[in-house]
Amino acid sequence: MVTEAEVWKALAEVADPEIPVISVVDLGVVRDVRIEQERVHVEFTPTFLGCPALAVMRDAMAEKVRELGGEPEVEVVLDDSWSTDKITPQGREKLRAAGFAPPTPREAEAPKLVQLQSNGFRCPYCGSRDTALENIFGPTPCRSLRYCRECRQPFEQFKTI
Amino acid sequence: MKERAQLLLEIADDELILGWRDSEWTGIAPFLEEDVAFSSIAQNEVGHARALYELAARDLGTTADELAFDRKPEEYRCSELVELRLPEWERTIARHVLYEQADAERLARLKTSDDAELAGLAAKIDREEVYHRLHAEMWAERLQAEPRFIAALDELRPLVDRRKGHSPELAELWDEMTSVRRSQPAGTKW
Repeated sequence: MVTEAEVWKALAEVADPEIPVISVVDLGVVRDVRIEQERVHVEFTPTFLGCPALAVMRDAMAEKVRELGGEPEVEVVLDDSWSTDKITPQGREKLRAAGFAPPTPREAEAPKLVQLQSNGFRCPYCGSRDTALENIFGPTPCRSLRYCRECRQPFEQFKTI
Repeated sequence: MKERAQLLLEIADDELILGWRDSEWTGIAPFLEEDVAFSSIAQNEVGHARALYELAARDLGTTADELAFDRKPEEYRCSELVELRLPEWERTIARHVLYEQADAERLARLKTSDDAELAGLAAKIDREEVYHRLHAEMWAERLQAEPRFIAALDELRPLVDRRKGHSPELAELWDEMTSVRRSQPAGTKW
């Protein structure tokens, strides 16, 4: 019979389809794994509700469970329990190394325009904080576009949610 | 119809129809940043609609797709504000500003609901809407002294929560939005 540890290990190999350097476990979207005989129940929270990768991630997780010989039951939990703070330290480093600036920590108050327009965000390439907001929106709902004035490189900044 | 499902459909219809209208800027916004922004906002609004329809579908014993696409235009519960086709930038921004304000107030109320499922989903949606609001705020500031923008705000403000009947533009949008689905029987594999 498959164990919870084996399932977690297998899920750690499921890459985020849009940012393949990071796994769904690194991303912190797998909330719980429970085994009831052959049935493997996986609870997962979407990052952004508009994320087109949601169904792909769900199906990829189910497939991994099947490979282990379990009967998957992937439940998508639609609540506020995921935050970008749940991305693991290893996940954050993988993002940075791939040129995606990791999210800043969630604060009690929602982010403000003046904060996004400040130069408090670090360039993932050269580490400079002299960066400017180019666009609140980017290629996927979870990212903004910034520009580093130091190394003159545009980069993608994870939104904090 | 159950009271909760009615409320869910009202919000879901707003988000779906507005998402559809916002997506009309894809490729033709005044500049590239706004092309990206409105496309991303549209995608996000449709994602919210999907989550809300899923919850409503459970209450009503149907599916999200059936609720989104198989009802007749007159059965939609969206406000007139989101239905209009607005090819002018200042009117689009005015709608964006008005909608985000009203939506923020609605979400704030739902977040304190006794219904944990509804409150949880509202909280999730609200986290994402923050970025739509910042975008609206940025534009409101930029256009605050522009007479065409001020006139558009005045024109559209009465439509924010007008839900009695629909403008003819909803039927046109519906026709476009559901054409693929109506051309294929439900359950068709692509």
